[in-house]
Amino acid sequence: MKDSTPHPLYVAWLPFVTLLKREILRFLRVSFQTLLTPVITASLYLFVFGATLGERISVLEGYSYAQFVIPGLILMGIINNSFANVSSSLFMSRYLGNIVDLLVAPITPPQLILAYTLAAMIRGLLVGSVITLISLGFASMPWVHPELCLVMVFLASFLFAQFGLIAAIYSNTFDSLSMFNNFIILPLIYFGGVFYPISILPPFWEQVSRINPLFYLIDGFRFAILGVGDASPFFSFGFSLTLSLSLFVWAAILIGKGYRLRP
Amino acid sequence: MSLTALKIENLSKSYGKRLAVKELSLEISPGEIFALLGPNGAGKSTTINMITGAIRIGSGRIEVFGHSIRKDYLLTRRLIGVMHQEIVIDTFFTINRAIKIHSGYYGVPDDPAWRNTLLERLGLVPHLDKPMNKLSGGLKRRFMIAKALIHKPRLLILDEPTAGVDVELRHSLWEFVREINAKGTTVLLTTHYLEEAEQLCERIAIMDNGSLVALENKEKLLDRLAGRKMTLTLDTPPTFSGDIFSSLNISTQVEGNKIIFCLKDGILPGNILQILQQNNIQVLDIETEKPALEDVFLTLTGKKPLTRKNNNCL
Repeated sequence: MKDSTPHPLYVAWLPFVTLLKREILRFLRVSFQTLLTPVITASLYLFVFGATLGERISVLEGYSYAQFVIPGLILMGIINNSFANVSSSLFMSRYLGNIVDLLVAPITPPQLILAYTLAAMIRGLLVGSVITLISLGFASMPWVHPELCLVMVFLASFLFAQFGLIAAIYSNTFDSLSMFNNFIILPLIYFGGVFYPISILPPFWEQVSRINPLFYLIDGFRFAILGVGDASPFFSFGFSLTLSLSLFVWAAILIGKGYRLRP
Repeated sequence: MSLTALKIENLSKSYGKRLAVKELSLEISPGEIFALLGPNGAGKSTTINMITGAIRIGSGRIEVFGHSIRKDYLLTRRLIGVMHQEIVIDTFFTINRAIKIHSGYYGVPDDPAWRNTLLERLGLVPHLDKPMNKLSGGLKRRFMIAKALIHKPRLLILDEPTAGVDVELRHSLWEFVREINAKGTTVLLTTHYLEEAEQLCERIAIMDNGSLVALENKEKLLDRLAGRKMTLTLDTPPTFSGDIFSSLNISTQVEGNKIIFCLKDGILPGNILQILQQNNIQVLDIETEKPALEDVFLTLTGKKPLTRKNNNCL
């Protein structure tokens, strides 16, 4: 006879919900750093490019520079915060050792990935929503394809949540974690067409920009809002979806195997 | 099929070329308080981490209440509550919030009655709203015990639970562990305080360099390996030859008018007294001393005592 009678009130999905709740509470507890700071940063960009410098720049015919730059700034907020939420939380858990609480709990790898991902998406989308609201004070946006807007922001937050998981697992020091942000994400964002359309670049650099995966996210999102873009919206969506799923599979393999988590 | 709370078969784990646990096999019965002892680096924490799933098994098999920790990991993790050796806390939250989160990690809805019982019993109630990083080391350890018990595990694993805590807290924790055990929870304990193992445990396993060097009932282990020291005070310093005890195959040590014997392998005080009587030797006083687990531990692990005079029979 097997005597195995654990707590009778077991709820299978509760570990996932608890981890998700914990992750949300965590970023809310430090909301000055996690929510307010990115919103202020984006507001400064909006002020500089929307209300001051923007009036003297025109990069897209028929649209003000503020209208051009706002989609990129919204997406930048979503990307940075989705990435930062997972990467800092998981890395800190590894660094402080409390990741062991999750490793010994009855939480499946999919539950763990999903909880971290959703919390990161919620933070990213919260920041993105606030930036969107603030941007209304600087320019009115046409919102040509609202459904595609939603798809692209969900994809962007999902994709960078996966990248955050991967970065947190591969990083062994704060230095190496910051390298992901400073040497990968930041250059990709700035060269990805947030502040200018790649069509104004010389042909060589335009082609180089087209191998930047972030270009398709940003351009796809801008197309959804303004109705114009440098790439086909179908390709942008397809590319972003494929990349998101690839990173998800990568993160799932790492977490499923317990790579650098469960020696 | 006999029921075991924990069954470990041929468990091994290596880190690079270093074998941390070598072919370890042992069983713990339900309701037992079992001690796993060993010096630093013996492989105790590695073993515990494999049982709980914090690290992967190298080779071998572990079953918790008949369930494989690999195949049925969701079930076995619910059956186990673990207090880790290192202080592991979630610095973002207060005790009250953190304990609720921990219950949820185990799929158990918050049970205020049980939560309050644990917090009261461990003296955490006055500190409920303090952030974790403001707690003293002792309070953190108490919280870790509450955390290990919040989902009412069947097997409680305590890895050095009283390391660095004061004597009063240590004794109150022992009392609490006994209470939990009396209610049916099996306990696996590792400790450096051998007194702790002597006080709490029925059976003891000793590991050294990743291998099991002893696994026995505590009393048998002490009798078999340490023996009982008997000191006889004679009226005059002994002038007889030690050969008179050759039939008992026993070692003797003379200090002034005292003669010290080690009673091992079934030798009784009466056997010695009988020989002395036959040789007309007058005994003024008899003093016996129970062996300590420390003596067994030091012998098996090849360590020399540093802090107390080695007055054992080993």
